[in-house]
Amino acid sequence: MFIQQLINGLTLGGVYALIALGYTMVYGILELINFAHGEIYMLGAYLGIIFLAFFTTVGLTAYSLPLAMILTFVLSVIFCSAYGFTIEKIAYKPLRNAPRLSPLISAIGVSIFLQNYVMLTQGATDKIFPNLFEKAGIEFIGARVTYTQIFIIAASAVLMLSLNLFITKTRMGKAMRAVAQDKVMASLVGINIDTVISATFIIGSALAAVAGLMVAIYYGLVNYSIGYIAGIKAFTAAVLGGIGSIPGAMFGGVLLGLVESFSAAYISSEYKDAYAFIILIIILFIKPSGLFGKSQEEKV
Amino acid sequence: MNTVEHKIQNTSPPPPHPLPQGEGDSFDIPSPSRGEGEGGGGSLNLFLRPLFIALWLALLFLPFRGLKAAVILFIILFAAVSLLKAFKNYAGTLKDVFVDVRKSISSRIRIKLPESKARSTVFILLMSVIVLTLPFYGHDYLIDIAVLSGIYIILAQGLNIVVGFTGLLNLGFAAFYAIGAYSYALLNTKLGLGFWASLPLSLMLVTLSGFILAIPALRLRGDYLAIVTLGFGEIVRLVLNNWDSFTKGPNGIGGIGPPHIFGMRISGIGQFYYFVLIFALLAVFVIRRVAASRIGRAWIAIREDEIASSSIGINTTAYKLYSFAFGAFWAGLAGVLFAAKMQFVSPESFTFMESVLVLCMVILGGLGSIPGVILGSIILVMLPEMLREVQLYRMLALGSGLVLLMIFRPQGLMGGKGVSFRG
Repeated sequence: MFIQQLINGLTLGGVYALIALGYTMVYGILELINFAHGEIYMLGAYLGIIFLAFFTTVGLTAYSLPLAMILTFVLSVIFCSAYGFTIEKIAYKPLRNAPRLSPLISAIGVSIFLQNYVMLTQGATDKIFPNLFEKAGIEFIGARVTYTQIFIIAASAVLMLSLNLFITKTRMGKAMRAVAQDKVMASLVGINIDTVISATFIIGSALAAVAGLMVAIYYGLVNYSIGYIAGIKAFTAAVLGGIGSIPGAMFGGVLLGLVESFSAAYISSEYKDAYAFIILIIILFIKPSGLFGKSQEEKV
Repeated sequence: MNTVEHKIQNTSPPPPHPLPQGEGDSFDIPSPSRGEGEGGGGSLNLFLRPLFIALWLALLFLPFRGLKAAVILFIILFAAVSLLKAFKNYAGTLKDVFVDVRKSISSRIRIKLPESKARSTVFILLMSVIVLTLPFYGHDYLIDIAVLSGIYIILAQGLNIVVGFTGLLNLGFAAFYAIGAYSYALLNTKLGLGFWASLPLSLMLVTLSGFILAIPALRLRGDYLAIVTLGFGEIVRLVLNNWDSFTKGPNGIGGIGPPHIFGMRISGIGQFYYFVLIFALLAVFVIRRVAASRIGRAWIAIREDEIASSSIGINTTAYKLYSFAFGAFWAGLAGVLFAAKMQFVSPESFTFMESVLVLCMVILGGLGSIPGVILGSIILVMLPEMLREVQLYRMLALGSGLVLLMIFRPQGLMGGKGVSFRG
């Protein structure tokens, strides 16, 4: 039971962490809660279903399932990145120097738009992800671990590690850190802010797309409204770890997944969605800057 | 303060290229030709950029509805963006003409100023006659919408106190609305208390819950506050939804009694209209007076600059607390009226979308503007009713409308220019 919940929690936590990274990166650079980020995750799940259905009709799935899956992943990631990029250009860029509230409300608008956009084009009913991978798994100290779970945990770990490498080692990662620290100074030393912001949105959306697709495989069901609650929880995870901090988002995501899984098993599953918020309120009450965040003094 | 703000805003956008930032260009989709400048773009730019934008958006749409729909979208978008672009090229000259015309008009109007004041009095009189006699000529459906508008006016005015005056973003305002509605529903059905007995109890409970939320929330800065209030809203909804033995869960509570006045049962929709109207007028009157008082001025000072206001001796924590509780109070009143009108409450009426809708009313009308918020509430209650035929698309319109509003008119329909938000 304990090990089983641990594995379930880690799976869920990996997904939350991937989404939370997008929130934390955008917040670190623009100080904006990107409400539409949860919808990107939802788009990723939908696009996965759409592309896989397309490959099935074309006959690629029957020819080679791994190839079809890889292509589905790649295409979903590309499309979600394009969506993230476009959303930033249309809804946030014109508001870059506007008061703080404006981009937040704009983001809520984008979120409502995307939800209804998917509902209108894909229908309001649940979409089923074809059950391609049997529920096979391995026994592990009395717990059953499916291959999908192993895949999700491994993929999230690999993605998080490579993101960390990207942020710390590459030129673009360095530019991102510089912009997050001080936009004006960064632009003075020749960093193109627009490019960095676009790159942030593209990377964040790509991670969310992977998360969405993996959840679609894991649960087998997708609905146009999944983005909202997942987005809120991922944001909670980002705040938990200290928003703006990348290791914080990873840690927060995994922690939240574990808490949710254990409390649903040992306390009550009816209030499954409420635990995230209760934890959030408690954390913010005790340590408003999050576990890994630096507390900011307000400048006068 | 404002000029300083402007200076900061003017210096802070770091120009990546040494060329002027596009004049509010909202469609900066990947444009390789951006460097070529907007002035000497010529006809090629006029054609290529819309083509590129339309192609890009149609491509994004492609997987969702297939090739045919994407091509149609492409054609529509291309036409629309080209027209916009062409219009924009002439907009500069048009603007000059507008300014000239406006100047000449305003120079004439200035002489007639007293008359325009008289005109506004006539307008107010006319409006009040229309509002007061509505049940005599309107049919039931219209009155029903008007009653709903009245309830939303109270609710939105409550949120206006928190967001508009004090500048604290509350994304879980529906929670207070829900607490008000459920406390009346429960007091009425479980304890058999009448409207007038449960009203003060409900309002006390709501105000108390406003205080309770405010205590952890007020330690937080803008965005965190927004998320915590959102979380509070969700927790309240989840509790209402899952506490089956007490709130009957998702089935909701039915059979709530209507209010009585002097032994007279208020059940007809026309009677209820006046009932709500009195409360709405009371809300507007009281909020106006409070906003003009010392407390209201303190709220506005906190909104404009929290540090400066605390340094001149305003107890910011206390005033933010009042703001939360006072806002919650009106939301609770709206909730009680809602429960009394519908005679049924269920958690479905108090979702996050409800909070967003109320926020939209406040923003559309203009943050901190009382007449604006009244207008915003009426528009957003009426609009979905009028758009019943295209109901599927109204949320799509609401979403894109919010984005466009923020880009083109962030102060709302009647918001003042002075309102600024940093949170």
